Amino acid sequence: MIAEAATLFELRGLVTEVASSSAPRRVVDGLSFTLERGKTLCIAGESGSGKSMTALSLMGLLPQPMARVASGSALYKGRDLFGLAPDAMRLIRGREIGMIFQEPMTSLNPVLTIGRQLFEAITANATLSATEVRARALHLLDQVQIPEAARRLTQYPHELSGGMRQRVMIAIALSQKPDILIADEPTTALDVTVQAQILSLIRLLQQETGTAVIMITHDMGVVAEMADHVLVMKDGRQVETGTAGNIFNAPREAYTKALLAAVPRLGAMAGTSLPRRANQPPNSAREVVAVDNLTVRFDLRGGLLRQVNQRVHAVEGISFRLHAGETLALVGESGCGKSTTGRALLNLVPYTGDISVNGTHIAGLRPDQMKPIRRDIQMIFQDPYASLDPRMRVGELVAEPLKIHRLAKGSELTDRVEYLFRRVGLPAEAASRYPHEFSGGQRQRICIARALSLSPKVIVADESVSALDVTIQAQVLELMQDIQNETGIAYLFISHDMAVVEQISHRVAVMYMGRFVEIGTRAQIFENPQHDYTRKLMAAVPVPDPLRHRRGYVPFGGELPSSVHSVRYEPQPAVYRDVGAGHLVAEPAI
Amino acid sequence: MSIIVPELGEPSGPTRPIRAQSVFGRLLHRPMAVVGIIIIAVVVLAALFAPVLTPHDPNEQYFEGLTLEGAPLGPNGQFWFGTDLLGRDLLSRLIVGAQTSLIIGVVANGLAVIIGSLVGITAGYFRGIVGAVLMRFTDLMMSFPALLLAIVLAAIFRPSLWIVALVIAMVNWVQIARVLYTETRSLSEREFIEAERSLGAGSMLILWRHILPHLVSTIIVWATLGISTTVLLEATLSFLGIGVRPPTPSWGNIIFENQTYFATAPWLVFIPGAAILLLSLAFNVLGDALRDILDPTQQGRAA
Repeated sequence: MIAEAATLFELRGLVTEVASSSAPRRVVDGLSFTLERGKTLCIAGESGSGKSMTALSLMGLLPQPMARVASGSALYKGRDLFGLAPDAMRLIRGREIGMIFQEPMTSLNPVLTIGRQLFEAITANATLSATEVRARALHLLDQVQIPEAARRLTQYPHELSGGMRQRVMIAIALSQKPDILIADEPTTALDVTVQAQILSLIRLLQQETGTAVIMITHDMGVVAEMADHVLVMKDGRQVETGTAGNIFNAPREAYTKALLAAVPRLGAMAGTSLPRRANQPPNSAREVVAVDNLTVRFDLRGGLLRQVNQRVHAVEGISFRLHAGETLALVGESGCGKSTTGRALLNLVPYTGDISVNGTHIAGLRPDQMKPIRRDIQMIFQDPYASLDPRMRVGELVAEPLKIHRLAKGSELTDRVEYLFRRVGLPAEAASRYPHEFSGGQRQRICIARALSLSPKVIVADESVSALDVTIQAQVLELMQDIQNETGIAYLFISHDMAVVEQISHRVAVMYMGRFVEIGTRAQIFENPQHDYTRKLMAAVPVPDPLRHRRGYVPFGGELPSSVHSVRYEPQPAVYRDVGAGHLVAEPAI
Repeated sequence: MSIIVPELGEPSGPTRPIRAQSVFGRLLHRPMAVVGIIIIAVVVLAALFAPVLTPHDPNEQYFEGLTLEGAPLGPNGQFWFGTDLLGRDLLSRLIVGAQTSLIIGVVANGLAVIIGSLVGITAGYFRGIVGAVLMRFTDLMMSFPALLLAIVLAAIFRPSLWIVALVIAMVNWVQIARVLYTETRSLSEREFIEAERSLGAGSMLILWRHILPHLVSTIIVWATLGISTTVLLEATLSFLGIGVRPPTPSWGNIIFENQTYFATAPWLVFIPGAAILLLSLAFNVLGDALRDILDPTQQGRAA
């Protein structure tokens, strides 16, 4: 039995329970899988499916005493890991099973140098001389392709970028040459270009070392890119399991099909000019937002007298128009200035340049002068958990803008709130509940209801669907487009996700280092990208198709240049070339 | 007609608790809170009806209240809690002392909480020059030893119960201001506050409806903790002769008057000490329960 021999690890009937006020709740319910040497198993599922709890159960790292493994066995090298004493399990962790976590920002200790943390991991289960440890550390950093390894050893985590930190995490996880590597959403917090680098690095290391990888992710694109086997989870149970080819090309279960159907695919919209659900072209005669030469710089103070000695150039002289009924997407990676642009439109950050909303110039307006303009422009934030006051009932939250602007009171107010709730697909009774009683998608609907309450002309949607699961994301996007069809509202849709942007936008502006590198219609940008950065961004998006030829190794892209400059620094204004029909490309390439 | 698919019929959280009940009604469901309320009620009633309730004159030095050698009596049939060094009835003095201690604990501490909250929240929300000036002033107040400050203030004014309360408030608001400053600062950076600003909400509305409710739990905890601190500070001041003037009893000065006889007459220290402890414990328990009840995200968790 050759297949048997290759089996490295076997999980049988895992049940994990979390204590709750009544009966214990099963977060993982009867999960089984086998893992073969050198192969990758992807556990895919949406939030709350129990995939992270599975990883923590295997590692013996469940939060004590609330959660525990109720039954099941984890067979590894003839032993049941769940039956091991804590001390014996500690020896397995790191040495036999390594783990990478989601947040490279928080999983490294900020007060210790990279070297110190790496040395600790290397010597945790072995006694080596100081020079051997150092040599091993340098070798590991080389292995994860970190340039200037010797210098990195003396650096602190905050001196490294997110991608570099995740490389360090991988180096630490690999330091004991584990047989199994568990990666829990290792690239979710990273930009797509960095994600592509990290994923290809994991594949490369796997080939070199023969490590088996258990990869936990919500992103079907990542699954297609990485998996040999796939296990789809929902509500703590296995929905479907099989080879990557089977799952993607011949899914049997309805849930798997729905999950795959909801994944936005880059290039799916080729040949169409309108967004997916749009029923009419935007009214290009009515300009609702005009931005000219918008520049946002943040002062950095330092020295004895706290004088301004440097500036962050967040946004550098961008100009655009937004028309009624139009969706303009701002895409770019973290730190490119796209969120700052959105905030400037609502006068939430100081800026220079000119912004007019519905014909009114808003630069330098006092809060009381700005108030009537806020009826025309509203914002939906990224994190629906953070943007609703947890102490207020959601009905009050939705009613609040109407009260602030004295637009309705009494029964009229109640009716209006009820209408808004129904409009976003929530029952009117939901109004008397608190935000924490809703799921992420429902909360984002509440945020939309609140933004809609003033019947604005423009909504700035700042990464408004990024925190949501794909199926929920698709529903919220549909809702936003239906509202646009109905009311002719304009969206400034800020996102890092090229595939989502392709579905919803009329026009797209690609942003890099505070500037537009390319702006044009959806078709112009996606079907005929002109700027190197746009192409790079599109190439980095993982495609949910395992048959597509896997990318070769993506070389380390180097660090983004810093946007911090001295006070005297004045950048050259960007020059654009029109490559046809309003498709502008920055020149020379920034 | 557009089609909207709600993703879940029911919210993910625990089943919706009934909210029709008043805060007080919900307090009664918590045994510890009920105990706290009872203790506080007993002390308040004792203070209010002191003239009726006292079995003896609190300031009368009873001849039979001392042994032949002049030592105080332990608890007995006539003097339930025993007598003090001068032969006065301890129970009567405790009941009358409850007035002083409550006034100090509630008024002085309440004043401190109000001043501290105003300063801390204003500085934390507006920052800038206003915030800097307020917080440097707070730091300045903090750098004086509290007791020294109280002595100076008490020496300037003529000592009376109300002056003592005022002095204690002037000393005690500082910590509350500091804590609330930090909390308000971090709260005002949260996204939902920015969301409110983007809706056009003014500063007063944000402060009143969105910042204050989040600070209530901190304020309650500090207010209840402060009661024991202020009662003790009053005792210290009384002991130094700048607090409540004898023979007016307060729980603090009963302890200080009698502390040197701790070994021979322990009840003189233990009983008023227990009274202070019970009262501050009662306020603490009540504060804890209030904090849980006022926080909607805590509902459904174990009481």
